[in-house]
Parts: sequence; C-alpha cells; structure tokens
Amino acid sequence: MKRVVITGAGTINALGSDVPSTMQAMRDGHCGIGPLDFQDVDRLAIKIGGQVQGYEPDAHFNRQQLSLYDRFTQFTLLAARQAMAQSGIEFTGELADRSGVILGNSGGGLTTQDENFRAVYEDGKNRVHPFVVPKLMNNAAASHVSMEFNLRGPTFTVSTACASSNHAMGQAYQMVRSGMAPAMITGGSEAMLCFGGVKAWEGLRVMSKDACRPFSATRNGMVQGEGAGIFVFEDYDHAHARGADILAEVVGFAMSSDAADIVMPSKAGAARAISGALRDGQIDKTRVSYVNAHGTGTAANDKTECAAVADVFGAHADNLMISSTKSMHGHLIGGTGAVELLACLMALRDGIIAPTIGYEEPDPECALDVVPNVAREAKVDVVMSNAFAFGGLNAVMALARA
Amino acid sequence: MNVKDQVIAIVAEQALLDPSDVTLESTPESLGIDSLGLVEAIFAIEETFDISVPFNANEPTEGDFDISSVAKIIAGIEKLMAEQKS
Repeated sequence: MKRVVITGAGTINALGSDVPSTMQAMRDGHCGIGPLDFQDVDRLAIKIGGQVQGYEPDAHFNRQQLSLYDRFTQFTLLAARQAMAQSGIEFTGELADRSGVILGNSGGGLTTQDENFRAVYEDGKNRVHPFVVPKLMNNAAASHVSMEFNLRGPTFTVSTACASSNHAMGQAYQMVRSGMAPAMITGGSEAMLCFGGVKAWEGLRVMSKDACRPFSATRNGMVQGEGAGIFVFEDYDHAHARGADILAEVVGFAMSSDAADIVMPSKAGAARAISGALRDGQIDKTRVSYVNAHGTGTAANDKTECAAVADVFGAHADNLMISSTKSMHGHLIGGTGAVELLACLMALRDGIIAPTIGYEEPDPECALDVVPNVAREAKVDVVMSNAFAFGGLNAVMALARA
Repeated sequence: MNVKDQVIAIVAEQALLDPSDVTLESTPESLGIDSLGLVEAIFAIEETFDISVPFNANEPTEGDFDISSVAKIIAGIEKLMAEQKS
C-alpha cells in the first residue's frame, strides 16, 4: 500500500478566492454569510447565504469557455489551477494516462438549469442555447479539469448530497493508496445559489433565516454556501522524489450508510463511519485532537453528530476540539467537505483550530469543546473531517501532519 | 446591418476572426469552426433572425439548410425568413 499525501490545495468560497485568504478568514472567525443577490431573491423566504462576492467570470474565462462552463465548473477550474500551481505536478506521458479526477457535486449546473427553465417556462421562449446539456451535467467540472490539466485516467463525479466531496476524496485516496493511480485531482464544488436552488431547500423547512449557529442551543437551521475546494492527492514516493511540499498525509477513510431514513441522521451510522476511518488508518483514537464537524446548524444533525463522536471517542471526546466552519462559509452541499478540509490542513500545518462562530448558548446535547467563536492555537497530529449526507450516507477522512 | 453583415458577424465570432476575414466563399471548415461551433452559430442565427433552422448535427449536409458556405447560409436564411414570416 502506498502512502498518500496532499501536495496542492485551491479554493474559492464566500470567505476568499484562494487558500491563504480563506484560512485567514477562518482564523479571524470572519462570517462570509450575507444577503443573497440574484434574480427573484425577493420571492424567497430565505434570503441569506454564503455567496461568492465580487466574482467576475470574464476576468478568468473567455466567451467560448463561458458558454460551456456553469458557475460550479468555473469555481472548480479556478480552485484546480491554484492546487496545480502549488503542487507543481505536470501530467504527461504515463503519469497522465494513470492519473484522473474525482470530484464531488450534488446540484450540477443548477444555475444553468434555472436560467433555461425560466427562459422556456416563464419567458415562453422555444429555444435554448445548444450547450445547456454539456454545461449542466454533473460531470462537466471533472471533465474540464481533466482537459485543462491533461489527466487521462479514471475520471468521474460522485454525487452523495452533502457527503459528495468526502466520498470523492475517499475514492481518490483509495486509488492512490492501492497504486492504481500515482496522483489524483479531487475535492468538490457547488453553485446552487439561484432562485430554484434556494427555493427547493426552503421547502424542506431546515434553513435559517438569520445565521448558521452550529452546536449552539439557539441554532435554527442551515445556511447554504457555494464554491469549490480542490486538492492534489499524490503517492508519497512520487511527491518526495520530485521534492514537492507536502501539506498533509491522508491516513484513513471510511464510509457507511444509515439504511434508515432519507433525511434524519443516525448516530449509529455516523459512529460507524468515524470509527471505520480510525480502524482503516490504524489510528489510536487518543491521537486525534481535532474533528472538523459536519455541523450543519440543524437541530437534528448537531446533536446526533455530538452523540456519535462521544460514542466513538469515549472519555477522549472531552479532550477533542470539534468545530464547524459552515458557520462562516455556509453549507456548500456537494463541495462542503472539500472546503472544510482546508480547516484540517490549517490545524495540521499552522496549529490553528478554526472556530465555530455564531455560538451563543451551550446545548446539553452538544456538550463537546466546539471551539466557540474564537480560533485557538494547538499543536495537533491527527485530525478528522466528517460528512453526513441526506440519504444517510456518511464519509469520514483522517489526515495527519506531514 | 443587413442579413449578410449579421451572418458574417455571427460566423466571425464563432471563428474568433475579424469580420473582414470572412468572405461569402468561406466555409465552416476553412474558418476552423468545429461541429460544436456550428451548432452554436445556428443557434445565434435563430436568435438573431427569429427563425427556426432545420439542422441536425448528425447529418449536417442532409437537411434543407445548406451550410457549405457563408453565401449559402445567407440564402438559406433569406428563404426561411420569407417562409416563416409570411
């Protein structure tokens, strides 16, 4: 089995347009959630989100590219360019033939879909642009990354709602670990902040109208975000041989299905994924210092997640720090695990634990150290990142300091 | 702009060329317009002239709409405009 390391990271999200600015915002406990700005927002009951502000597509892509790139593909490519530049890896020859792209995504080109439904249903138009299909398909982002960077091996998109990017990164990890691929570009993205995207979520009555306050007794729901997080996962020997800067090592991964309910989370399912990742990496649980929580800010998730963490870690749960950065960047749905992995990298590399902001009042059912409101300095060796999706699909990854 | 100038503008935009580089004799191939670009140009023609162009990318030479040169495209558009506007 190969050791798997991360040699590049990139992002764009409500907190920043690259990794340094995002990590700085996490350190500062900055909130990227604000009023939504798009057509028909006045017809929504939920009017806040973690929207990427000040973004000019024309500054990054030409007209022909924009006719093919939905917003989620644009975010993916921008983040992938950063990750590739940091990694310094170049895909040519056999390396290119064996390396691929696995990305998580849930809504695909939802903005494209929304705009074109509006054109044909509301505006009564009878024709749409010819590239609607290649623009909205969920695998568009993975395909464009493979084209831009010449990865010709296993490439596909994983769609497991809120766990999509953790499942994607887990698959990439397993491929590199098994020796099947020397390197993989992985992570995820989402761009659901349009009228139809938010309206659908509104229907479920789980959204907050004012803020995302994970683990706080006053929490009243989730807030959507958008953006991308992209990483280069690489065989340690390959990375070491070319002198790459190693950001962290991926040391364990597990997934589970609750097989119980389509929306309500299960403590047992979450706990099996967390303990599975520890077992997969043969990690003594006392070595884990930080857990990046799924922490959606819903009543159900946060208490179930805390109970699962307490079950798995036992007495050590009281020594753990567990925070949810969704309080700052919102819930990126299929891209959320990827952006949250940045908080894990920051913990391992910089010794800074991102806070759970918006925390107002302890909840006895979330009685763990949730790093309330202010970032903390701590030297950590092993961290974990949880993702628990609608559909009862759970994916948990463990990282260690390089 | 007349039909000719509008068609040349659409074709030039697809080919990433200046309109002065597009002549009536130019063909999609000679301008480097691939099949996806051709489909996008047909869409732009439909939008610009508010007509429906019969075109199937599976058999581009089979339909009634002749796309073998800029002049043929202009003639086809004028015919469709006359038919569909009447």
